Amino acid sequence: MNFFEVVFQPGIMDIIVKMLIILVKAVVVVGVLMLHVTYATYFERKSIGHMQVRLGPMQVGPHGLLQPIADFIKLFFKEDIIPAGADKPIFFIAPVISIFAGMTAISVIPFFNGFVIADINIGLLFILAMSSLNAYGVMLAGWASNSKYSFLGSLRSSAQVISYEIAMGLSLVGVMMMSGSLNLSDIVRAQERFPGGFYWPQALGFFVFMVAAFAETNRTPFDLPEAESELVAGYFTEYSGMRFALFYVAEYVGMILMSLVAITCFLGGWDGPFAIPYVPFAWLFLKLYFFIFLFYWIRATVPRYRYDQLMALGWKLLIPLALLNILGTGLVKVLLR
Amino acid sequence: MSSYGLPQYLPIFVLMLISLAFGLGSLLVGMLVRPRRPYREKLLPYESGNPPVGEPRYRFSVKFYIIAMLFVIFDVEAIFLYPWAITFDKLGLYAFVEMVLFIAILLVGYIYAWKKEAFRWE
Repeated sequence: MNFFEVVFQPGIMDIIVKMLIILVKAVVVVGVLMLHVTYATYFERKSIGHMQVRLGPMQVGPHGLLQPIADFIKLFFKEDIIPAGADKPIFFIAPVISIFAGMTAISVIPFFNGFVIADINIGLLFILAMSSLNAYGVMLAGWASNSKYSFLGSLRSSAQVISYEIAMGLSLVGVMMMSGSLNLSDIVRAQERFPGGFYWPQALGFFVFMVAAFAETNRTPFDLPEAESELVAGYFTEYSGMRFALFYVAEYVGMILMSLVAITCFLGGWDGPFAIPYVPFAWLFLKLYFFIFLFYWIRATVPRYRYDQLMALGWKLLIPLALLNILGTGLVKVLLR
Repeated sequence: MSSYGLPQYLPIFVLMLISLAFGLGSLLVGMLVRPRRPYREKLLPYESGNPPVGEPRYRFSVKFYIIAMLFVIFDVEAIFLYPWAITFDKLGLYAFVEMVLFIAILLVGYIYAWKKEAFRWE
């Protein structure tokens, strides 16, 4: 067999086409994700600006619309300072771990019926695993920087992230019991029996999940790791230029990821009250924008927690509530069978 | 599950490569265009403008160790709950009672940790 006969065998052509489809899907999703991250920063500054009776960015382009692009160009040209005494390989790899964990987890989210990059049957477990990996980025960044602020910030942040991870993992058990699957598409389909989604039969789980999601993404009111009034910028104090930008992007990717998980597990995913023709992903994106706005809204409304309050909330309130939710769901299911 | 003749996890691997390429690629582009003019004061770790005092990686509160240990216990508990939750409909009342016992045993440990003030941060 010569080269062309090998390449044009029906089986091999098939595999190549399928590989290309996977690649195109992945590139499209990453592209859309990056566009959303870019404009989420603009949306944040604008919405918080208006909530504080300011205008937000106005100078670059009409209503400051080109501001995020200008910001990224600026960050590319910023000098990259590596502090003396930093642990260089770890200092280099920490932001890459952060962004790697967030972006890879997106691959199991179904955007509409039948469109998911990787339709694996342990999707939810994979997301939890990837969001745990994020703690490594934080921890290594703080340790490698050789700075007290970074070190303290990363200690606090990793303790916070792992504490709320338990509450988050337990709050999703109710969803698994209701849907009988870890595959996110199956979870969305199981919610068709409940108008709106699992958010009302699983109200307690939804509440615990949302609080844990805010803590996991280090957003206000749980932005202790970067409490700028006490720790400068927390674990990325010593990061500048493009490395800082990677942490920044990772934070927004984490926010979008947590919103998407909340939507798929509690709010019916791609499903809506009525079908919108030609745009099957319309409902998912509308819900996503609402959740992103919720993150900003809460940031502009609620003051920051104190560290002991934060740990007490996670360990003494959310974990018992999540266990109660599991027992309650089990009891109702046993009684209704 | 998968409609492809390819391994189920291949798309995840592809996305891993893309995200690694994104991270390393943007760092590389930054490296090519940014200036580099270091001097001694610029490279000092930030400490509000003062020269840094002492060792930055000093001893820290033992509370963080306790949190890490408790995390392992409770996270393993959560992982044990997942297969039970998935098969809950098939297993019925017996599995429910079993899991109530399992959670009750863990609750004893939880109350012990609480009484030992593992969750106090003042």
